[in-house]
Amino acid sequence: MEAAVKTKNAIKGGEFLIRETQASEIFIPEEFNEEQLMIKQQCEDFLKKEIHPRLDEIDSMKHPELMPSLLDKAGELGLLGTSVPQEYGGFGMDFNTAMLVAEVLGAGHSFAVGISAHTGIGTLPILYYGNEEQKKKYIPKLATGEWKAAYCLTEPDSGSDANSGKTKAVLSADGKHYVINGQKMWITNGGFADVFVVFAKIDNDKNLSAFIVEKTFGGITMNEEEKKMGIKGSSTRQIFFNDCKVPVENLLSERENGFKIAVNILNIGRIKLGVAAVGGSKMCVSTAVNYAKERKQFGTSIANFGAIKYKIAEACTRIFASESAHYRASQNIDDAYNAFVAGGMDAGKARLKALEEFAIECAILKVHGSEVLDYTVDEGVQIYGGMGFSAEGPMDRAYRDARINRIFEGTNEINRLLTVDMILKRAMKGTLDLMNPAMAVQKELMSIPDFGASDEEGVFVKEKKALANLKKAGLMVAGAAVQKFMMKLSDEQEILMNLADMMIEGYVAESTLLRVEKLIGIRGEKACELQKEMAMIYLHHAVNKAAAAGREAITSFADGDEQRLMLMGLKRFTKIDPYNLKEARRKVANYVIEKGAYPF
Amino acid sequence: MKILVCISHVPDTTSKINFIDNNTKFDTNGVQFIIGPYDDYALARAVELKENSGATITVINVGLVDTEPTIRKALAIGADDAIRVNAEPTDSFFVATQIAEQAKAGGYDLILMGRESIDYNSGAVHGIVGELLGIPSISPVMKLDIEGSTAKLAREIEGGKEYLEVNLPFVAGCQEPIAEWKIPNMRGIMSARTKPLKVVEPSTVDSGVKLQKFELPPAKGSVKMIAADNVQELVNLLKNEAKVL
Ligand SMILES: Cc1cc2nc3c(=O)[nH]c(=O)nc-3n(C[C@H](O)[C@H](O)[C@H](O)COP(=O)(O)OP(=O)(O)OC[C@H]3O[C@@H](n4cnc5c(N)ncnc54)[C@H](O)[C@@H]3O)c2cc1C
Ligand SMILES: Cc1cc2nc3c(=O)[nH]c(=O)nc-3n(C[C@H](O)[C@H](O)[C@H](O)COP(=O)(O)OP(=O)(O)OC[C@H]3O[C@@H](n4cnc5c(N)ncnc54)[C@H](O)[C@@H]3O)c2cc1C
Repeated sequence: MEAAVKTKNAIKGGEFLIRETQASEIFIPEEFNEEQLMIKQQCEDFLKKEIHPRLDEIDSMKHPELMPSLLDKAGELGLLGTSVPQEYGGFGMDFNTAMLVAEVLGAGHSFAVGISAHTGIGTLPILYYGNEEQKKKYIPKLATGEWKAAYCLTEPDSGSDANSGKTKAVLSADGKHYVINGQKMWITNGGFADVFVVFAKIDNDKNLSAFIVEKTFGGITMNEEEKKMGIKGSSTRQIFFNDCKVPVENLLSERENGFKIAVNILNIGRIKLGVAAVGGSKMCVSTAVNYAKERKQFGTSIANFGAIKYKIAEACTRIFASESAHYRASQNIDDAYNAFVAGGMDAGKARLKALEEFAIECAILKVHGSEVLDYTVDEGVQIYGGMGFSAEGPMDRAYRDARINRIFEGTNEINRLLTVDMILKRAMKGTLDLMNPAMAVQKELMSIPDFGASDEEGVFVKEKKALANLKKAGLMVAGAAVQKFMMKLSDEQEILMNLADMMIEGYVAESTLLRVEKLIGIRGEKACELQKEMAMIYLHHAVNKAAAAGREAITSFADGDEQRLMLMGLKRFTKIDPYNLKEARRKVANYVIEKGAYPF
Repeated sequence: MKILVCISHVPDTTSKINFIDNNTKFDTNGVQFIIGPYDDYALARAVELKENSGATITVINVGLVDTEPTIRKALAIGADDAIRVNAEPTDSFFVATQIAEQAKAGGYDLILMGRESIDYNSGAVHGIVGELLGIPSISPVMKLDIEGSTAKLAREIEGGKEYLEVNLPFVAGCQEPIAEWKIPNMRGIMSARTKPLKVVEPSTVDSGVKLQKFELPPAKGSVKMIAADNVQELVNLLKNEAKVL
């Protein structure tokens, strides 16, 4: 046991870039235990019974009490307290299980947003940063749903630049209250929340502080519900604080610690958003597949057309890949947490440390999950044809609701920038050794390519080599860009986006290969034929995308011999054996069509 | 009050049904198993009775070890303990005999089960259990209220409803809307693995029934659509292709 914790502890965030992970080191969704599967079923049944029959009613916003009453129902089932320790009225589930809950509920459209805002950004700042009294006072009520929570960071002039907010908190003359004044915007659950986590600057502080504000404190007014493109049933308000008096004991954590809280809570929000998007994608592709089976044109079901099969297989492959990466990361987070706790760290602190450790992966997954969902809903509309464009079919809602995911919890641009920024910062700090591997790649670039066939045996031998090369391509381009621009690299966002794409694809492709390798070890190769095909399809997708991104980056900042050399290196590092992807996709699609739902 | 709820472990309603071994065995490969949907209602009513007026609920299943996740789901929904009779449930009489034996030993006031399983749909087990125990058995029960030592029931009959009063103990085969379908809560799920699940060996029963083979219904043929005004073509096809005229 001790040894196990030790080896698991050895995995560090961001290390995937430079370290070859073994299949045995990752968790795969096929390993969920009976209890976790029961929880999964519970969430599916909850959606089936309470949410899906009411989607129109929820989105109509005609009954403002509907969303809170559904949250109450979720609370009765314990779904609001999965991550809350038992001593505060929750169930103390591990992060992996909380992710599974988030995944399934991710198919809940507006409700998914409401519940995730309440349990995530609403509850967690208090749970992880609150003192004992604050936790005792608020958490049990939030864990049952008796009180609903919202998170107030964004302001009209402060969105992506979250630390620039103007909302002010001033200590009252008697020293008993902070008096808050300012305006918040886009606040999910704002219309019915009882408790708000509000970020504001005390006096002329440089950094934000965070406060727990109860609705009954007074001085809080709101605009009408925002009219939105999607998730129309999720309450979104502008909130005004006019001399809102907050008792001093409701300062959360320390003065000026608010930005850190905001950032760390967003780490959790990001990976959970990603996995919720995976859940939404599974439902969407299942719906689309059934339509494709039923819809007949040219005398046959449209599911028989290769162009449609392509979409189905591609969506399922991306979903499978994203899911692989999400649960790999969430198990890493659980393992890091367990190791910190075993080392004597306080549980709340350990959670945050573990998430901070894997903040790069969280940002990657937010981007990947939300973009897989957008791909899936887009092709979902396409499979539905004209009916996809009908405001009365299911794809209309899926398409509109998906879109927000690339915007909130940090836009995908911000998360791409962060991915690269965090990696480079860790490299600079020396916590992530990029220097040596990058230099090794440079050296390899100058040497004669190794054409020798590998005599290694096992699953995915060639593919793993392609993957290792893909990572080298990333290191090569990143290393050269850093050398070229030094501190000015942050002005070259286009290049940073290219780099982010290379990292994201490397991480997801590796997770997929490792998942399938592990699964083959459990079920045997024959039972994993389709999963293998998906790993191949994804690897090709990743390598091609990385090649395009790398080429764009290189040609933007290198010229002459240097450019030629690097492009040659890129070509070498993104070489991949040809594979009949058409056949692979057909096999995957045929199985999905036979099952009539996302089956993996 | 002691309630015994009989739980069958059946393929999910969306499962694809195949047979193997010369059509003598149901192919469980890739099939997800659930609590029989009618049994789910029986269990839900038992939980409601427990919540309203106190009761202990035992669930029983006749099945091999692979049914235990299904049994634990019933524990998560609200049963207090469980019995698994360790045997393949080969036919209705066999299953009913095992249930009756455990029921006798446990001395239950009420035995609830589904109106029928959804795998073999015999709708027979409740009747046989009642007979073996010498107590009434009623099915399909859509409403069930307990008043002291009697119960008031509503039952669906051909073209209408029947209202009954019956003394405890008795057997009821249940169906909706006897109770609201229950989703287990997190506390229930977490406590399921700590609740007692007793495994007992079956008694030998010779029911005299032996399975020979299964047969799937013939595959549905394709449908030809003919324009409504093209009667001639319809007649032509009926005559020459379907050969029914
Ligand atoms: C439905 C909904 C619910 C929300 N719920 C909440 C909530 O509960 N609580 C809360 O606090 N907030 C919430 N938000 C706010 C959300 O987090 C912000 O909208 C988001 O962070 C983006 O900020 P912005 O809208 O000001 O966009 P901007 O920051 O103005 O961004 C506009 C564009 O510029 C890009 N951009 C910005 N900065 C950079 C940069 N440095 N480099 C490159 N590109 C950049 C962005 O990527 C984006 O494409 C919600 C928003 C919506 C729409
Ligand atoms: C693995 C397996 C192998 C089988 N092999 C055969 C076979 O070889 N030949 C054959 O004829 N049938 C076989 N069966 C079916 C078996 O006959 C039925 O499961 C059993 O007889 C009950 O079905 P029924 O339709 O008679 O129940 P019904 O009378 O329709 O069921 C009424 C109620 O009885 C209860 N009940 C039913 N089954 C059980 C159970 N096992 N434990 C507890 N409560 C129960 C439920 O509450 C159900 O709603 C097999 C079933 C399984 C699962």
